[in-house]
Amino acid sequence: MSALEIRGLQKSFSGLRVISDLSLNVASGERRLVIGPNGAGKTTLFNLIAGEFPVDGGSIRLHGTDITHLPARRRAHLGLARTYQIITLFPEASLRDNVALALLGLSSLRWNPLVRLEAQEQLMARAQAVLAQVALESSAAKPLRETPYGEQRRVEIAMALAQEPQVLLLDEPFAGLSNAERADIQQLLAAIPRAVTIVMIEHDMDIALEFAEQITVMHFGSVVVEGERADVVADVRTREIYLGS
Amino acid sequence: MTLWIILTINSIALGGLLFLLSAGFSLIFGLMRIPNLTHGALFMLGAYFGVTFLRLEFNFWVAALLSALVLGVIGGLIERLLLRRLAGQELAQVLVTLGLAFIIADLCLLIWTGDPIPLATPESLRGVLRAGDVVFPKYRLAVVAIGVIVAAVMWFMLERTRLGALIRAGVDDPEIARVMGIRVSRLFTAVFSFGAALAGFAGVLSGPILSVYPGLDAEMLPLALIIVILGGAGSLPGALLGSFLIGFIYNFGQAMFPEIAYVILFLPMVIVLVVRPQGLFGRQSL
Amino acid sequence: MLIGLTALATLPLWLDSNYYINIASQILIWAIFALALNVLVGWAGLVSLGHAGLFGVASYAAAWLVVAGWGHLPAAFCALAITLGAAAVFGLLALRTAGIGFIMITLAIGQILWGIAYRWIDLTNGDNGIILPARPLPFGIDLGVPGVFYLFTLVAFLLTLAAMRGFDRSPFGASLRGTRDQPRRMTALGYHVWLIRFLAILYSGLVSGIAGLLFVYYHQFVSPHVLGLASSAEVLLMVIAGGTGTLLGPLVGAALVVIMKTVASAYIERWNLVLGVIFVAIVIFMPDGLVPGSVRLWQRFRLVFRSKPSSAPRPGVDT
Repeated sequence: MSALEIRGLQKSFSGLRVISDLSLNVASGERRLVIGPNGAGKTTLFNLIAGEFPVDGGSIRLHGTDITHLPARRRAHLGLARTYQIITLFPEASLRDNVALALLGLSSLRWNPLVRLEAQEQLMARAQAVLAQVALESSAAKPLRETPYGEQRRVEIAMALAQEPQVLLLDEPFAGLSNAERADIQQLLAAIPRAVTIVMIEHDMDIALEFAEQITVMHFGSVVVEGERADVVADVRTREIYLGS
Repeated sequence: MTLWIILTINSIALGGLLFLLSAGFSLIFGLMRIPNLTHGALFMLGAYFGVTFLRLEFNFWVAALLSALVLGVIGGLIERLLLRRLAGQELAQVLVTLGLAFIIADLCLLIWTGDPIPLATPESLRGVLRAGDVVFPKYRLAVVAIGVIVAAVMWFMLERTRLGALIRAGVDDPEIARVMGIRVSRLFTAVFSFGAALAGFAGVLSGPILSVYPGLDAEMLPLALIIVILGGAGSLPGALLGSFLIGFIYNFGQAMFPEIAYVILFLPMVIVLVVRPQGLFGRQSL
Repeated sequence: MLIGLTALATLPLWLDSNYYINIASQILIWAIFALALNVLVGWAGLVSLGHAGLFGVASYAAAWLVVAGWGHLPAAFCALAITLGAAAVFGLLALRTAGIGFIMITLAIGQILWGIAYRWIDLTNGDNGIILPARPLPFGIDLGVPGVFYLFTLVAFLLTLAAMRGFDRSPFGASLRGTRDQPRRMTALGYHVWLIRFLAILYSGLVSGIAGLLFVYYHQFVSPHVLGLASSAEVLLMVIAGGTGTLLGPLVGAALVVIMKTVASAYIERWNLVLGVIFVAIVIFMPDGLVPGSVRLWQRFRLVFRSKPSSAPRPGVDT
């Protein structure tokens, strides 16, 4: 069963073609790495999957459901979660409150103006549990802006995991981290169950290749090479793209 | 029949005035992302300065240009001393312009008192031109002509000069402009100054038609707002089209439905907001 | 806290003069209005420069209905319903934009309402305003006595404060604040950002309407000025001066502005000038507001008005 099926995707901005007839098929449970030089359209691809911009053409299916024209917020409810290149969390709130907000997004409780959020034990316990998944449960009460960058990156991932997604899009999760921190994240990712399909954009080749099982190489808005890790790495075209132009 | 013609002429004249008012506002909003809430007050201040200059026996056109100059300086000072301090904080800048509007309006009341002051139409333009049955008041024709000339000059400046290119770049893409190292701060001061000068000039020009009175600022500001929302921020053609549209609606509205004329003015703005929020010619999203 | 409450409750006893009691009532009325605006400015990150329009709609509606023969209670309910309707239109139009456009549109809408009050003389009596013949008699209590009216207003204020507190701590409150800080992320998390903001506008409008009712009961008169830009600017100043970080900020801000206005009007004729100067001064020198804990306000404003969701990002920024 295909977790994410993209066919003939097109997107232009102000006349400039950014995504050009892109097709992609990620099977359920895969660990897919998307790589490509700057300007290849990787983040735009994520943005289109997440629904931040409308597509100009093509289709996107999430576990069989056509989400091409679905508003972004609905896609979260269908099991799509993503992290961002730049940390876009809530600096004033505590780590637990940040994660709670992620949990709340999928709960009908979010419309309730009468009860106390703090008193929602189930929700708060879940938030604590998610923080434990990323080994941050001891800092649960700290405001986000007081936590170091490495930990904030973990909270990024925690937010996405809190949504119990079926498809997880990770946009450069290792960016700006020290080696020790990278190892932490690696462990974290390895522990995610196969029920969650992961698609990752990453620039750091070493760490990314360790994670990847299948790789998609993008260039100029389309897929150029795709397949199992070993094959893609050995492929002439991959080398060309990275060493050539 | 003649009523319609008179209304039409008045509308076109008002449109011309409104263009002079809103062109500056549109540029400032488009480039600096600040809805300059002081704009109505600057218009009124210019008109009052015109009153004083005329009382000093200056020629009408000299008075108008002097007012523009004074307002340009004031505008430059406002930008340099207040707005620049708050660079990047758009909300703060808006609030400052709001505060300034109140200050200027009250100062005008203090200095020039509360009685409405009609400005005398310049001698050379008194009277009318006749074409068959129709009379065209000379002054109003002149206002339209001036509006068109200013529009042409501004168009030329924006499209053909380097300064204009910088402004257009800033309007189309503020972030890239900054990244490209365009001397944004100088540009801002220049544009704000120019906008203020234009508003002041428009104020004097409006004197013979509208008179000068306290509250003029509060009447003009919403019009500028509507025109820019209608036409799109930073768009000259938008300001032009919007100004004439509003000029027509204002005059015909006053004639036909005086009680709700003011409200009808906002209708095009509402429609545009619903259908095309960036304005008819706008490039940026509001 | 308890001391403060007792002090407030027994105010009429230890403040001898009716004049001061009335000022206290006015402060409370404006504090309710400021709390309403704070929902948008502080929690939603949406700055409205037309809120006096909603406030005034309630005043006008109530006065008009009572003059037309309605009883006070039905008039009040109807007025609030009308205000809610106005707030809905407000929201539908103003939320067409993100960021700075919101200010412009709310200003314009406020002006529309002012224009109706001023020019549609058949309906609103224009500049002459509408006189409310008598204050209401809730449960037979005579609100004509300043001390009694004060207590009535105090009860309204405390109820509003409690409601705001509940709202602030609720899941919806957290959602609203989330949309202020990271609207893009909130959408990705499954929140309906537009609807959240719209509901906040309705809530803010309703509470503004309550303040508007109290206003017309107090003054027994409403005129177009109530809906004007100066009024909207004043209440905004109250919110900013007091700071949006706490629930007492709006009260402090209201007290500040009302007292200043009363004092200033006694000695200087030019209140608008003073208002303008204060605005500029606070914005430049004390952006945090005057109540501690409101430092966040400024950062929030900047975050909100900088993180505009782009409709067309440049491809070069892509990786």
